[in-house]
Amino acid sequence: MQRVSDWVTRSSRSFFIWPAVAILLFFAIFPLLVSLYLSFSRIKFARGGVQVNFVGLANYRKLFVGSEQSHFLGVFGQPSILGWIVFAAVMGFMLVGLGIYITRGSPTIMGFILRTLLAVLIGVLAWLVIITLNGEGRPGTLVVTLVYVYVGIAFQYLLGLMLALLTAQQLRGRRFFRVVFLIPMMITPVGVAYMFRMLADMSKGPFAPLWQAVGLGEFSWVNTPWGARWAIMIGDIWQWTPFMFIVLLAAIEGQAQEPVEAALVDGANRWQIFRNLTFPQIMPVTTALILIRMIEAYKIVDLPNVMTNGGPGTATESMTLQAFFSWRTLDIGGSAAIAYILLVLVTILSIAFVSLLRQRTTEVI
Amino acid sequence: MNKFFRRPSAFRPSPFQAMLTYIVLVFWAIVVLFPLYWLTITAFKLPIDVSQGPVYIPFVDFQPSLNAWHYIFVEVGSDTARPYFNTVIVGITSSVIALVLGAAASYALVRFEYRPTLGVIGLFLGGIVLAVVMVMLGVPWLIAVVASLAVFLLLAQTIGKRFKRSLGNDDIAFWMISQRILPPVAVVIPVYILFQRLHLLDTRIALIVTYVAVNLPIVVWLLRDYFQSIPIELEECASIDGASTFRIFWNIVLPLSVPGLVATFLFVLVFAWNEYILALFLSSSRAQTMPLTVAAQNATRGPQWWNMSVLILIMIIPVIGMAIALERYIARGLLIGAVKG
Repeated sequence: MQRVSDWVTRSSRSFFIWPAVAILLFFAIFPLLVSLYLSFSRIKFARGGVQVNFVGLANYRKLFVGSEQSHFLGVFGQPSILGWIVFAAVMGFMLVGLGIYITRGSPTIMGFILRTLLAVLIGVLAWLVIITLNGEGRPGTLVVTLVYVYVGIAFQYLLGLMLALLTAQQLRGRRFFRVVFLIPMMITPVGVAYMFRMLADMSKGPFAPLWQAVGLGEFSWVNTPWGARWAIMIGDIWQWTPFMFIVLLAAIEGQAQEPVEAALVDGANRWQIFRNLTFPQIMPVTTALILIRMIEAYKIVDLPNVMTNGGPGTATESMTLQAFFSWRTLDIGGSAAIAYILLVLVTILSIAFVSLLRQRTTEVI
Repeated sequence: MNKFFRRPSAFRPSPFQAMLTYIVLVFWAIVVLFPLYWLTITAFKLPIDVSQGPVYIPFVDFQPSLNAWHYIFVEVGSDTARPYFNTVIVGITSSVIALVLGAAASYALVRFEYRPTLGVIGLFLGGIVLAVVMVMLGVPWLIAVVASLAVFLLLAQTIGKRFKRSLGNDDIAFWMISQRILPPVAVVIPVYILFQRLHLLDTRIALIVTYVAVNLPIVVWLLRDYFQSIPIELEECASIDGASTFRIFWNIVLPLSVPGLVATFLFVLVFAWNEYILALFLSSSRAQTMPLTVAAQNATRGPQWWNMSVLILIMIIPVIGMAIALERYIARGLLIGAVKG
């Protein structure tokens, strides 16, 4: 009897964690392995079942250099002078970062190689963005996804920070604003998409008189690529600013008040207090928030699918949406390849973000 | 926690600053509320009110009508009730399961020490691969699972202990939380094939199981820190008095963490409630959930904004209610997760 109860005690610890581990392993590892295999194969729906043929890198080749290149990467144009300047700035930034890594601290060979590879990846992505957004170029789903993610995060963070700083003051009705500002985050993205379609209707929507007054009554955002992309980004910003707002507000309210009061007594202005006291304190939350939004934003699919169905043409398609469309046309290998590229991209960028910033925060401390 | 929120702010704005602040805040409140207002009045419009151009104020500009509500609830009532019922069932069931499993796992990660050796992990992966291969080859799935589980246990007890390199709790927690990175589209095709083989495609079970897996990382992420804040002395006392691990967890830890559990539950419930892309892959008619029904409106009947508005409203009213009721918990839970995660 004693031995049985001992066994129960020892193994009860395993019972606590095994179900969760098993489910996650099953839903992460097994599908990833199968997806990887599918991305290297072509699937034919023959009579009496499916036929899976191994085709090597053909699916990836199709996306990067083959028939799907203009859809996935975009149509390349010539970079303008501004494009060259931006590219030079990005590369300069990367080189300075590498230089700092080598001269300060204790560089390792592995760390240097990984950082160089990351710099090359970011350089390639920047180059891709520049040549497809310029002149005769046309961005593909990869570039459109990057635009959604980073433009969206920039607006959401700045708006959320501004609203949080304002709401953190002693004001009447703070709780009302706090609750109202939270609402969009909880609403189904599909519902958000339809709501913004209604609002953006140029002839029947609420702003129709306004559009007509400024002579845009005949303009149709649905038919212009950037109009449609901005409509989607506005919906995304509307939905996710609350997330930034609510967490930043909690962080600002949780900061130590004594230094702020002391600074006020010493006559510091509000910008100085923000720059030197508040911002350093909310820096860890900032990086965590950006990381979380980055991870989630790369999955964007509901808004473009419902608002524009990816159109006009493929102008508003995100990578997930392209993968879904490929799957629907039974190009399962191609779909898995896009999904895998997305996975690798998100994983590399978020791990790089975490590890580079962990260094930064320990430096601050 | 009250202290956390009631701490008086150092900033007492001057009247002029307060006015500027209010202008910005009211402006953003309008930005937030106007789409919802438009949605609500559209739900009470007749088709003619929409097609003739914008009208803004009920009873002044147009006469509100229950036409669309009648259509959604009576004329196509069963087409509305089925997905709504599905959404409720799938959302609540998957959230409860995710909460139970996730709470147990995050408590275990906080209180116990695990040292899984790389050998056992490798064997487990091998077991999964074996089961998959067997299912793909046409072996009934129950037999395949049992057989590979048996092989795994046998090998783990014998070979697995020879590999000494091991991982710690933080590695496990990081691995669990990092599963959020996986884009759903990267895993959904194999999951689709799997459920197809099990004849579970387009059933609520398939959605529930998938949502549990998707939501587990969030539960672990939010609850791990909650459990860390519970003083360990209580559990030590109970342990000395002879309470088993399960009893300590059930009778002491869980009652102490009710606020965190409630907030986490509602959080994952909202995720499951709003989920779109996985449902799009895994369900078609019988197990269809509300986001799919709403999204499909355009395709089937053209943009009938009044009907669509009713559907969106009945779908978002519960979550907006939760948002208002739980604003404080959400802020706190997310902040802690963000700082520690």
